Amino acid sequence: MPATTEMGSGRDRRGASRRESGGQARGPASARPRRELPLAARVLLGLLLLALFCALALAVLSLPSPAPGLSAAVAARLDESGVSHPVTAVLLNFRAYDTLLELTVLLLALIGTWSVGTAHGCAGSPPGPLLRQLPRLLVPLMVLVAGYLLWAGAHAPGGAFQAGSLLGGIGILLCLSGRPLPRWAQGWPVRLLALAGVTVFAALGAGAGALPGGALLAWPPGWAKALILAVELAAMLSIGAILAALFAGGRP
Amino acid sequence: MMDLLWTQAVFWALVGIALLVIGLYALIVHAHLLRKVLALNIMSSGVFVLFIALARRAPREAAGGADAPAQVVPAPPDPVPQAMVLTGIVVAVAATGLLLALIVRLRSVAGRTTLDNRADD
Repeated sequence: MPATTEMGSGRDRRGASRRESGGQARGPASARPRRELPLAARVLLGLLLLALFCALALAVLSLPSPAPGLSAAVAARLDESGVSHPVTAVLLNFRAYDTLLELTVLLLALIGTWSVGTAHGCAGSPPGPLLRQLPRLLVPLMVLVAGYLLWAGAHAPGGAFQAGSLLGGIGILLCLSGRPLPRWAQGWPVRLLALAGVTVFAALGAGAGALPGGALLAWPPGWAKALILAVELAAMLSIGAILAALFAGGRP
Repeated sequence: MMDLLWTQAVFWALVGIALLVIGLYALIVHAHLLRKVLALNIMSSGVFVLFIALARRAPREAAGGADAPAQVVPAPPDPVPQAMVLTGIVVAVAATGLLLALIVRLRSVAGRTTLDNRADD
């Protein structure tokens, strides 16, 4: 999984500039009480927020009790969606736009993070013996559970996001235990993984729209299960890669 | 129809609103950007709790037909708010990652971790 980068001289340099700027930042600490809000303003703010709480609570209490939810609408079309778990059906079929744009948001966050700086390794101190050995035990298990969660998402709680966050956890664990990504993987493989989710999702969605009588992101009923699984697989890899890269905190 | 399910939903909805308001207070009061990010996360958690709580108020008919007794078969929660919360969690994580990267950058460039423009020393 993607993650960290070189930990050599660049890191030392960065550490030095950090310490320097830390010294600068400590200056305002003495002036901190002056900067805080006065007590009267805090009390006023508290009262205003209490009023906001009461207003929101009233809004919740005034909701109709048998809620006009969308459960019935989802249940009515569930057997056409290709999966039997209603949340997955909503995520990847009925409201697939949300999920596609969510993957886009993840990608944009990664681009933003990469554009403000380079990663400087996540292991703050040399990892201890436990942390060095832990990935040997945990990573295969986490891959297995991620695969299970991806498959189980069709009929039970689970799916691409849960599996993807497990993969992201693998990246973070490897990063923390001082096993940076090999250099060959820091170039296009990471970028390809990060792009995979949006690309596959958008391509399959557009393909579904090009079918006769199809619409954008409307899976043809017979193919829905296979298409959703393909999208989820790509999304899982993408989410894992992006989360771990976000943790690393900069472009490799 | 003030049954137990509805009472639970209202309770957790109020908890979610309380988290939202507490996070908003911290967001306004604290100057340090890391605290502001934490406050934003607490606010988003409040919204998620609120959504999940309100998803419990699904109509009875969806459970097991109109003839099924409502007390025996609790209605499954509305899946649409749950899916939106799942989306929201991922977006919140992505936004948090980006914000933290921006804070690190701000600190390494300007040497401060607040949005205060006054020169202090």
